[in-house]
Amino acid sequence: MRVLMFGWEFPPHISGGLGTACFGLTRGLAFHGVDVIFVVPKAYGDEDQTAVKLVGASQVQVKKRSYQFTNAAYGELQKTGSKVIRDLLYIEIGSRLVPYLSPEEFGQYVSERLLHGDTSWIEKSDRELPSADTFVEVLGTIEFTGKYGPDLIQEVSNYAIVASEVALEQEFDVIHAHDWLTYPAGIAAKNASGKPLVVHVHATEFDRSGENYNTIVYDIERSGMLAADLVITVSNLTRNIVIERYGIDPSKVVTVYNAVEPTGDRKQLQVQKNIDEKVVTFLGRITYQKGPEYFMEAAYKVLQYSDNVRFVMAGSGDLLRKMIRYAARLGITEKFHFTDFLKGPEVEYMFALSDVYVMPSVSEPFGISPLEAMRSNVPVIISKQSGVSEILKHAIKIDFWDVDAMADAIYGLISYDALSAMFREYGKEEVESLKWENAALQLKNQYVQLVQSGNLQL
Amino acid sequence: MKKICLYFQVHQPFRLKRYRFFDVGNDHYYYDDYLNKHILKKVTNRCYLPTNELLLSLLNEFDGKFKVTFSLSGILLDQLELYAPEVIGSFQKLAATGHVEFLSETYSHSLVALVSSEGFKNQVDLHRKKIESLFGVTPTVFRNTELVYSDAIGEEVAKMGYKAMLAEGAKHVLGWKSPNFLYYNVLNPKLKVLLRNYKLSDDIAFRFSDRSWSEWPLHAETYINWLKGTPKEEDFINLFMDYETIGEHQPVESGIHQFFESLIRKIVKDRQLGFCTPSEIVANHQPLAPLSVPYPSSWADEERDLSAWMGNEMQKEAFNKLYSMRKLVIGADDPDLTKDWAYLQSSDHFYYMSTKFFADQSVHNYFNPYNSPYDAFINYMNILTDFIIRVEKKNKRIRYKGIPIEELAGLNLDEAIGSYEEILKELRKKRNTARKQSGQPGQAIKNIVKTVPKTSPVKKKGKK
Repeated sequence: MRVLMFGWEFPPHISGGLGTACFGLTRGLAFHGVDVIFVVPKAYGDEDQTAVKLVGASQVQVKKRSYQFTNAAYGELQKTGSKVIRDLLYIEIGSRLVPYLSPEEFGQYVSERLLHGDTSWIEKSDRELPSADTFVEVLGTIEFTGKYGPDLIQEVSNYAIVASEVALEQEFDVIHAHDWLTYPAGIAAKNASGKPLVVHVHATEFDRSGENYNTIVYDIERSGMLAADLVITVSNLTRNIVIERYGIDPSKVVTVYNAVEPTGDRKQLQVQKNIDEKVVTFLGRITYQKGPEYFMEAAYKVLQYSDNVRFVMAGSGDLLRKMIRYAARLGITEKFHFTDFLKGPEVEYMFALSDVYVMPSVSEPFGISPLEAMRSNVPVIISKQSGVSEILKHAIKIDFWDVDAMADAIYGLISYDALSAMFREYGKEEVESLKWENAALQLKNQYVQLVQSGNLQL
Repeated sequence: MKKICLYFQVHQPFRLKRYRFFDVGNDHYYYDDYLNKHILKKVTNRCYLPTNELLLSLLNEFDGKFKVTFSLSGILLDQLELYAPEVIGSFQKLAATGHVEFLSETYSHSLVALVSSEGFKNQVDLHRKKIESLFGVTPTVFRNTELVYSDAIGEEVAKMGYKAMLAEGAKHVLGWKSPNFLYYNVLNPKLKVLLRNYKLSDDIAFRFSDRSWSEWPLHAETYINWLKGTPKEEDFINLFMDYETIGEHQPVESGIHQFFESLIRKIVKDRQLGFCTPSEIVANHQPLAPLSVPYPSSWADEERDLSAWMGNEMQKEAFNKLYSMRKLVIGADDPDLTKDWAYLQSSDHFYYMSTKFFADQSVHNYFNPYNSPYDAFINYMNILTDFIIRVEKKNKRIRYKGIPIEELAGLNLDEAIGSYEEILKELRKKRNTARKQSGQPGQAIKNIVKTVPKTSPVKKKGKK
């Protein structure tokens, strides 16, 4: 079984959940003996001078790498001494596509950087995944005449053309595309090769923008889902959106839950906590979707009754300033702290300091961060409007708008010690059982079914 | 003739309302009246009234050939008085036939027997009085909450003057022995022990309407053959179950009422079978052997132990915190506090906190008002916090750093004395400077008094 995968980000540079999920799944598939040709858009940064030529040039750079999966990350296997190493063909295509940006944001992002002559416009992150994997580089280029500008949609279709071109040189059984930016590439590859297409929905336009959704993005998403032979969603919450808002046939929409990288032999971060009070943390983008104001209102309620607590809002986003003003208006700034954007190790540090983690998301297709908190032994409160609440048992689940319930859960966790003890005992165990291998196995079975039914039709 | 001892436990807890931490100190009413009334009415209409009516007609028809045994928890009776007094009337009609035995239990369906013999006796006395006043009979056989039994608890029960006690015929208790014989308490042989035949009881209580069960649908004829199929030397079979089995756990639509009617009729008419009550078994049979149960057993879950109520940290914490208040509640001697104290003890509250069956919570979820065990724990602890504050206020209890002063010891005690001495010193200093400033001892206080007008300004105006 060979899969042509249009994914995002790969170690060492990973800036968000989409990259983590792609990497986890690919690694899991390799574990189950599935070969993956991994295609990513890549804009070269400072370290690569060719990037300067890229702008306005008629040549797209394509890098091919062989990426070796060693068994280093699989602790159990290592113990038994068996060695599973699979080669992964890793193809980078010169493109400025970056995940997590809306068309409007992208335009602004690119123009700003063009204006300043800044070419290092991939967000760098120190968040490295633990692995002993190695890269072997092979360079190559493809001739391409296309325009580059601050237009995301143009970029997406350019990418699709190049990607399908690249794809045709390879042999594979299934095409798998992650999130809407790569759907056109997936469709193009399907049209060119006739192989079945799987699209993976990590988030929909409704999650990102609420009811003021971008119709062009919606159309691309929908055409991807319609063209797909199988739609994978990260939760039933998302599955319902795909069925109801995009009108997709339920029989071809399947939920495969995300997982979390095991801590393995990694040492738990030892942090000397010099604050007497309990620390309650919100960590994420401070945007409407994440529900920061509900967290603040709950904090206000708790602070009316307890001195023994401090609240932290970690992250940045378009609502950050509004939130700071709101905290001032409520008069709780003495006990309510903002950290701005936290990078890799700082995130771990923040978890190590926390006694409670709250994810009050208004809409969250999955939500991997509570799993990371639980992995660090932090009890979590999550909104019922998150995909992850469908699988977690050892978490307190509340409606995002139910500030009273949220405040009560926070108060309970900081006041009744037996409760945190329970979470420490069962939570970590539960999270460690959510493995990418299991998610990948589900995927593999879906691939096999697709390929078999395709053969029958022929 | 093989005798069938049919016994029903009748109980509903006072479920607690949603109680947030900001209600602590403000709201002292803990119960979800709407939910409790709603559930009680539902069970009344589906189980209590129709089943009582069915049993009454059979009792009258067979005049002594059919017998049945009940125990009704005190808090169920309290709820019936509030929301469905007609059910009490219908139980009284059953009692009047003379063929119904009532058993003793704890008043509030509590697990107090595990922590305090004094508290245990108190609850049992309360319950016995309630049964006496409502049904005019004095129970001679005891059944503990959730059929919790151990050698020590049995001994306590014997001390209270009971002849016999019911217990679970659990495998880990019986080993190779059969539940269909009479046993006696290993510490006090005077107390006889009747064991539940869990296989035959659960065939009805849990499996009756289970379509994946190989015996579904269960007919009375089949069941009677199972009863007769037990070894000949076994003279009786104890079928103990929740009364709510008939019409609620096993829904009305499953035909459970018809099954029971048919079963009772067939047993009465069968020459090899008959009915009896626990006290008749005790009177007519010699105990076979001592029963040794060093660790408490119960009728719950596969484990038949205490893990359904005291299996995790939350349950233990809540349980210990609750019972740490026992002496203070007695000291407070307040009717409202005593009532809340009883209602908060119901084992059901701890049952809702169980994490045992995250996968298969079917039984644990029955009438469970909470989303998760965590939710149940937080709500209960909020209420308990308020209750503790009320009890301590009434007792004028003083705490130092969260520890009640009577529990302070060693270094903590010295530290507390030091800290209070410091406060006293500061207060004296303050008083002395105030005195010096005014030049006269005690003047400071007078000054304060002077600033408060003796009569209200409104009155003065009126005089003008």
